[in-house]
Amino acid sequence: MNNIEIVQKGLKKRYAKERRFKAYGVFSIIISLSFLAFLLFDIALKAAPAFTQTYIKLDIDFSHKVLRINEKSSYTKDELFELPYHKLPSKSLYQLFPGIENRKQKKALRKLVSSGVRYNLRNMVIKNSKLIGTSKSIWVLADDDIDSLVKGLIDRNIPEADRRVKDFQIAWIDKLQLENRVESRFNINFFTSGDSREPEQAGILGALKGSLYTMLITLLLSFPIGVAAAVYLEEFAHKNNWLVDMIEVNINNLAAVPSIVFGILGLAVYINLFGVPRSAPLAGGLVLGLMTLPIIIITTRAAIKSVPPSIREAALGLGASKMQVIIHHVLPLSMPGILTGSIIGMAQALGETAPLLMIGMVAFVADIPQGFFDPSTVLPVQIYIWSDSPERSFIALTSAAIIMLLVFLFLMNLLAIILRKKFETRW
Amino acid sequence: MNNNKVELDQQLSETVGKPLINGTPKITCRDVNVFYNQDSQAIFDVNVDLAKNQILAMIGPSGCGKSTLLRCLNRMNDTIDGCSITGKISLDGEDIYSNDIDPVLLRAKVGMVFQKPNPFPKSIYDNVAYGPRLHGIATNNSELDDVVEESLIKAGLWKETKDRLNKPGTGLSGGQQQRLCIARTIAVRPDVILMDEPTSALDPIATATIEELMHELKSSYTIAVVTHSMQQAARISDRCSYFHLGRLVEVNDTNIVFTNPEHELTENYITGRFG
Ligand SMILES: Nc1ncnc2c1ncn2[C@@H]1O[C@H](COP(=O)(O)OP(=O)(O)OP(=O)(O)O)[C@@H](O)[C@H]1O
Ligand SMILES: [Mg+2]
Repeated sequence: MNNIEIVQKGLKKRYAKERRFKAYGVFSIIISLSFLAFLLFDIALKAAPAFTQTYIKLDIDFSHKVLRINEKSSYTKDELFELPYHKLPSKSLYQLFPGIENRKQKKALRKLVSSGVRYNLRNMVIKNSKLIGTSKSIWVLADDDIDSLVKGLIDRNIPEADRRVKDFQIAWIDKLQLENRVESRFNINFFTSGDSREPEQAGILGALKGSLYTMLITLLLSFPIGVAAAVYLEEFAHKNNWLVDMIEVNINNLAAVPSIVFGILGLAVYINLFGVPRSAPLAGGLVLGLMTLPIIIITTRAAIKSVPPSIREAALGLGASKMQVIIHHVLPLSMPGILTGSIIGMAQALGETAPLLMIGMVAFVADIPQGFFDPSTVLPVQIYIWSDSPERSFIALTSAAIIMLLVFLFLMNLLAIILRKKFETRW
Repeated sequence: MNNNKVELDQQLSETVGKPLINGTPKITCRDVNVFYNQDSQAIFDVNVDLAKNQILAMIGPSGCGKSTLLRCLNRMNDTIDGCSITGKISLDGEDIYSNDIDPVLLRAKVGMVFQKPNPFPKSIYDNVAYGPRLHGIATNNSELDDVVEESLIKAGLWKETKDRLNKPGTGLSGGQQQRLCIARTIAVRPDVILMDEPTSALDPIATATIEELMHELKSSYTIAVVTHSMQQAARISDRCSYFHLGRLVEVNDTNIVFTNPEHELTENYITGRFG
């Protein structure tokens, strides 16, 4: 047998091996893609109901008598604030369904609309006091259980005792629907309000803004410090110096420390020592920034290392100073790698809840934060809180919040990709 | 074996030929020793002069220290951790390793072209304009345009690139890239150009272009060139130096080195009997 024959004999086996290897790869990709597709599909399916809301048309009577206020040419804000707005929707409902005397049934009737309607009406009146003394048809938010009923999420066939919505309520809603007083609308509330105990009033904006502020602080802290530290360690620090080695080992360790430890550190240092306000994006951002720092340092160092030495030599040979070599060549060339690392670190920080536990950001916060110092929560915490709430409408809200988190993540990635494209060069 | 070594040390003890020149040299090296780390010495007691407006060729077997010595002339070795140098290297009579010499300024005066073409991943224009911008040589855009054009013309690259100045320099062919690197170096208007095997990656035509270029550049610059091609050294250089195991064995006018070498090692090397 000559050489060629030996090679030929082995060839078939080699190709078979190659095909098998490729098949493993394709198989793994299919598996992971199908998991991902299943997850996304499931979330989207569950979240769909959260993007619409049921409204009921009520004829609201803003008369002086009902609001218990004397006729005047103008009212102060304080006066308007105190009025018995809760009577407005109730009275309108009683008029729609006259003759209900049973106290329990009356209560059930009042509960067709969201308990937050009174505040919406109050805001309307404060905005436009001319409403007082008039009467107007207004679409008001339905209660979350009614909303579920209208969306068909509640099975009418199961026994009444096991249902959150009673038979007479179903009858009322059916009647309202016949009168075209029930309508499904886009859930604008979800994007414009903060958290609430009432699912129909709850929105994501508070957590979204909280995450945005927190991420800004995280980025501002970890990116410049991380890149500067990496540049120093890679370009200026002496190799084989025990102190540098120590620092390197410690940075690698820090990247692997459980995130809750950073929360404890944040509590001790930022809040107790420096007096940073609790529950504020500032505190959260500083803690998460600390957590992201080692990741950025490690990836930046790797990116800087991969810049070919010939480029440095070329610049040095032309008379560039070390600083100029770094600013003109090393950083731009390693920027794609730095951005990739930063986005991985930031994405991790975006999804963290554990370190925020210690600094009071895992909390129910109804107000939308207006800055870096207001109490707020973040998206993953909002998801956690909603998923832990008993009302059935929160299931959809939880999935919708997950979608918002994914969208946030996607936008962050998109920004990184755009920036990376700007810096990407071949040599 | 041991005997051999003693013999070799004796053979190598003194540079033969004409290491020093009459008149004022551009660069002088006196008793230069270079160490990588404490215990590994790469260059031993080198004495040599570079004459103004001449080309000095440096030849010798691989690993004999040609690049090391060349990189000492513009202090590129400063960037290597653990590399140290003793002795004296002067440019126009000034010790370049003295404390009042700024290596950045020195490198503006002593440019370097590397063995492997290493254009920046930027446009052709920006590659050439980088040095002038860095040192503020051109004060406005039209002056900068002139410097770029002049440098590219000198490097023999203008015709091929004048319509694609905004294309990346890394998109050129190997020979064009090397000429771009030369243009980039001369755009800074140095006094001295150091070239480390500038044509080792090039085909004969590109090599010829660069050799012609060196010939033209000679009138305004002092050039030191490392090469593995004996023919090239013979064609282009005025003086030629032969290195062996970190020592400078022989320096002389090129025609003397190639027609009548004094040292046995030199003769063996140029006649191809080395090894
Ligand atoms: N950065 C470095 N660190 C340690 N030793 C080095 C370094 N660079 C070169 N050397 C050593 O110094 C000696 C001379 O190397 P140099 O690169 O100057 O050789 P050369 O003559 O240019 O060879 P070639 O013709 O192959 O380029 C070699 O023994 C080499 O191993
Ligand atoms: Mg070399």
